[in-house]
Amino acid sequence: MMLEAFVQGIGILGPGLSDWYDAAAVFTGRRDYAPQPTALPAPSLLPATERRRTGRVVKLALAIASEAIAHAGAEPEHLRSVFSSSGGDGHNCHEICLSLAAEPREISPTRFSNSVHNASAGYWSIATGATLSSTVLCAFDGSFCAGLLEALTQVSVDRDPVLLVAYDTEYPEPLHSKRPVPDAFGIALVLTPGREDRSSARLEAALGAGTPDELEDSRLETLRRTNPAARSLPLIRQLALGEQGSVILEYLDALSLAVEVVPCR
Amino acid sequence: MRPLVLRAFTAASCIGRGLDQTLAALMEERSGLAPCRFEAISLDTHVGEVAGIDAQVLPSEFLRFECRNNRLAELALRQDGFDEAVEEVVRRFSPRRVGVFMGTSTSGILQTELAYRRRDPVSGSLPPDFDYGATHNSFSVANYLRRRLRLEGPAAAVSCACASSAKVFATARRMLDADLIDAALVGGVDSLCLTTLYGFHSLQLCSPGPCRPFDAARDGISIGEAAAFALVERVSGKESADDVLLLGVGESNDAYHMSAPHPEGHGARRAMLLALSDAGLEPDDIDYINLHGTGTPSNDRSESQAVTSVFGAVTPCSSTKGATGHALGAAGALEAVIAALALRHGFMPAGVNTADVDPTLTAHYLMTKRVAPVTRVLSNSFGFGGTNCSLILGRAG
Repeated sequence: MMLEAFVQGIGILGPGLSDWYDAAAVFTGRRDYAPQPTALPAPSLLPATERRRTGRVVKLALAIASEAIAHAGAEPEHLRSVFSSSGGDGHNCHEICLSLAAEPREISPTRFSNSVHNASAGYWSIATGATLSSTVLCAFDGSFCAGLLEALTQVSVDRDPVLLVAYDTEYPEPLHSKRPVPDAFGIALVLTPGREDRSSARLEAALGAGTPDELEDSRLETLRRTNPAARSLPLIRQLALGEQGSVILEYLDALSLAVEVVPCR
Repeated sequence: MRPLVLRAFTAASCIGRGLDQTLAALMEERSGLAPCRFEAISLDTHVGEVAGIDAQVLPSEFLRFECRNNRLAELALRQDGFDEAVEEVVRRFSPRRVGVFMGTSTSGILQTELAYRRRDPVSGSLPPDFDYGATHNSFSVANYLRRRLRLEGPAAAVSCACASSAKVFATARRMLDADLIDAALVGGVDSLCLTTLYGFHSLQLCSPGPCRPFDAARDGISIGEAAAFALVERVSGKESADDVLLLGVGESNDAYHMSAPHPEGHGARRAMLLALSDAGLEPDDIDYINLHGTGTPSNDRSESQAVTSVFGAVTPCSSTKGATGHALGAAGALEAVIAALALRHGFMPAGVNTADVDPTLTAHYLMTKRVAPVTRVLSNSFGFGGTNCSLILGRAG
């Protein structure tokens, strides 16, 4: 069976990349890439009480998922979802570990609920009423490919449209020194089994042993190397160029994912 | 779906290390829960601790993976010839064609909790021996098993709270159907840590005594720990009658609340219906239901309504969490292994600790084990964030 999906919508947010159109301008050379701290919008999907409780990772995931859905003209309740990230809410995790290293050991209920790796997926499904399957993955630096592979198997095998949301944010010190992700970056794709009105490209993927692609621009290459979700950048670039071509994405050790991008004209 | 066969399986929990001990405890209706003595914790609660984790060593080339969660994984790997079964599959296919999909909720976070007590008093930095990626990160246990068993196929941790290690079966099934792999090591590993003990306590979801699922006086969960593994591959047609098959998987989302189930169990109901349709079965085809049955007032009420709405009040069901505790991210795989034992040995486990079944819960709850042929079992796992997963396992003959 061929692993295949059509790209309906894209959402992206990261340092110096404010949305898909902005990122496309960078990758097509219409503007220079200038890294700036990632500005995360307040999650307007959530009621005010919930909004206050969410950290940067949920804001990031909801922002890129919302952009991809809008771009695709899709209804979130008709999409399965795959969320993938190396870490969860690093700031929340730090606060929990601080509290547990002190006396008396105490965690607030909200901190605990937000500590689960699937917190972003939970907030997304509650905010949008998405009741279809939601799978939440981690493969450390290979988390983007793990998510893309899961999404592609859901599209190809189960023939259902899928929202893929891959994202990672930073830990504060002292964990930051042990896991130096500098800033928030995320990418979301709406993938469907068949070609639709808004399909921008067809993806064909295969596992292999090819050396992962790097990016020519050293600042973008730094982003690719330092945020697990940014391992997606060679694919994002190919999608932005709107040209047929293949990319090799980093997954696990010698195992990589080759993706052929065929624009829909 | 096309059925998969469980070529090998094993589990380690507080009721037993390996299949023989686990089966004996289930047949004798024994609970492994005991007052919490873990890590000088003063909480008034019971836990299900696996004996001998601290004595388990990892092979010397994997020392950076050293943490409670990976030691528990190593301990289980050596049971029931499971590691040899993996080696046999690797020989039959190739390392590139065997995947690893592991459910976990907290992975080796205990290592970080302990490292925070050893921060440098001046700089605040974590000790040099602390390795985040090999211990705390959710991928740690899948990564450890992949390297330890010299597998080279696709791998991921599934971390959907307490549904994690049921959902790994769905991920593996799709990878097999897509012909990316020929076999997969699936399962779940979750171990005791301070985050979950204090966290569930803060939500007032921990029972002071051993948990009593479906009891009128149930008052919360008992946290457990477990490692449970299955080696799945496509059915060859040469299965024996005693072989256990994965027949169907159903996945859904409540889209209701982060830490409370939908009050009428709508999401749970959909997961069970999807699993039945995936397996091409009717509710009458299921002989026994292994419930999520955590012992919280809300979970058991919501799950009972969901079960009754699909199966009526006739299909026998029970929660084995009174025996094992709630193994969180490992619960789905642990209960899949218990379902496999029920199928192979012809019995339905009792809901231990439960004294008086809540009369408002209409599902047919088993207070004592029932010895009878069991052909098909449905197993439920639900988690924070509203994730639901139901598995259907059956005998090959």
